[in-house]
Amino acid sequence: MDQYLSVLIFLLVGVGIVLFTFFIARLIRPHNPYKEKNQTYECAEAPVGNSWVKFNNHFYIFALIFVVFDVEAVFLFPWAVAFGQLGLFALVEMIIFIAILVFGLYYAWKKGVLKWV
Amino acid sequence: MLDLIIFYFAAVIAVGAAVMMIMQRNPVASVLYLVVSLVAQAILYVQLNALFVGALLIIIYTGAILVLFLFVIMLLNLRGEHFGGKQSRMGRASKIAITVILFAEMVAIFKQVAIPERIGTQAAAVAEDFGSVEMVASHLFKEYLYPFELTSILLLVAIVGAVVLAKRDKTEKMEDA
Amino acid sequence: MITTGFIIASAIKVIVVVVAVLTGCAYATWLERKLVGHIQHRIGPNLAGPFGLLQPIADAIKLAFKEDIVPERAERVTYALAPIVAFIPAMLSFAVIPFGDTITIMGQQIDMVISDLNIGILYIFAITSLGVYGIVLAGWSSGSKYSLLGGIRSSAQMISYEIAYGLSIIGVLIIAQTLSMKELVAQQANFFDWFIFRQPLGFVLFVICAIAETNRSPFDMPEAESELVGGYHTEYSSLRFAMFFIGEYANMITVAAVVTTIFLGGWQGPLLPPVVWFCIKVFLFMAFYVWIRGTLPRVRYDQLMNLGWKVLFPLALLNVVVTALIYRL
Repeated sequence: MDQYLSVLIFLLVGVGIVLFTFFIARLIRPHNPYKEKNQTYECAEAPVGNSWVKFNNHFYIFALIFVVFDVEAVFLFPWAVAFGQLGLFALVEMIIFIAILVFGLYYAWKKGVLKWV
Repeated sequence: MLDLIIFYFAAVIAVGAAVMMIMQRNPVASVLYLVVSLVAQAILYVQLNALFVGALLIIIYTGAILVLFLFVIMLLNLRGEHFGGKQSRMGRASKIAITVILFAEMVAIFKQVAIPERIGTQAAAVAEDFGSVEMVASHLFKEYLYPFELTSILLLVAIVGAVVLAKRDKTEKMEDA
Repeated sequence: MITTGFIIASAIKVIVVVVAVLTGCAYATWLERKLVGHIQHRIGPNLAGPFGLLQPIADAIKLAFKEDIVPERAERVTYALAPIVAFIPAMLSFAVIPFGDTITIMGQQIDMVISDLNIGILYIFAITSLGVYGIVLAGWSSGSKYSLLGGIRSSAQMISYEIAYGLSIIGVLIIAQTLSMKELVAQQANFFDWFIFRQPLGFVLFVICAIAETNRSPFDMPEAESELVGGYHTEYSSLRFAMFFIGEYANMITVAAVVTTIFLGGWQGPLLPPVVWFCIKVFLFMAFYVWIRGTLPRVRYDQLMNLGWKVLFPLALLNVVVTALIYRL
């Protein structure tokens, strides 16, 4: 338990340092905003439209596939650590597990979903 | 003592952030409050010695699923104004009423089920390595073998779903062109 | 039981580590400019102090005196929070890195690690997965097209490499049978027991993924000036910009420390004190980072995604299965 306390202390010190720096910076930096300065950057032209950009929906598909394989990766951690005591059976088990997911990857690959356009 | 302070601190943040999450009009802010809530919940799990579950909560939920949420929100470019203006007074009152009723029910159920036997008793002592990764592994890969293998099928279904979504979009685009 | 002594000891360790990492970040920028300079037959910074050694301090002071510009279309609160969200996880991973052997001061045993979690590697993996938020939020909240595109590209890159990043360590875990960083270092006492020799493929995969995770060259999409201007931090100025900058270098140092601990024997080494060995190894890996930046051209975005999903990910899975089979048979 006490080990986690150290992490908490670390977090608090980290946040503290950031806030302290921002506080100091607020005291010394100039503040002089005007309309032209606050426009978003667009190659020195007046910005056109808003930041609404039509995204390639590939980003979304990749995020979806990422979730699936992230779950898989997390299952592998406890398996790897207890590998020595689990016995041969667990190895077969995990190979089946990986094989099913590799099949999924292969399917997505063949269907051209993993291809970036 | 310190444990108790951390517990209450994390518990208040977890619940408070969850409430803030549903109060937000801005979807990105909602996701952020959910992140805060989940991190606080992870702290609670760690306090229960369930280290693996705590890590899992952060890796899967905050690290993957909520990132997916953020992507969807950005992809559809949802901002606050997409969710309508102020609600009518009636609508708000009825929601609050329903919430209060549900909460009362929950309290009633907990009072009946959980509390009487537990008052004044200490939690039973747990094994030394309770909640450790090794412990989780030995349960997961021995006793809960079939559910575990079924998970892989479930994940496969998710992949197929993603592929179908991607393909459908592409064919629609082709028809448009 | 948690004693006041323990809290004081860990607070001291935390402060020492934070100061060391921040100084390291500052001088990593100096190292990078100097090394890249020499690679390109330039001298690099040489005016501020001897060998330009005061350059990082001059830069920090300059940035602190700059105006903090908030674009009119920005989502103000998120815009202000994003640099902090980017910076904190970069630091936090350092909590589980052992930077020296256990020492005894006044009869008290003190571990040279902030926190010896028994799930150390999972902790690092968890913190790494939080790193994507700072970038997504910065890109989204700036209200600028370049920021949004840069932010979403960088974050898609990070999640694409995160899986292979995690999987490439599994091989080490199969051999080591532990998640504790301290334990991992202990198992690499002999030079030929270093996991770089026992897991060569795992090492290569881990390093490539780590470079992509930290958004560094040749995977430095945020700095693809010709297409994305400054990527997710296009609109940032002053100390908020500095926060992203420090975060990036803190990430590099963390990765260097993680690679050192997992694959390069941690603080183990002959003659010199452990802390010195640790610093030498981290320094060499940082130099390697810069060397790569000075040598390789930036990859195209589609190449980058293909590499992550179609090469590194299957290879990492293969590495897991092969390691498991070898270990078992």
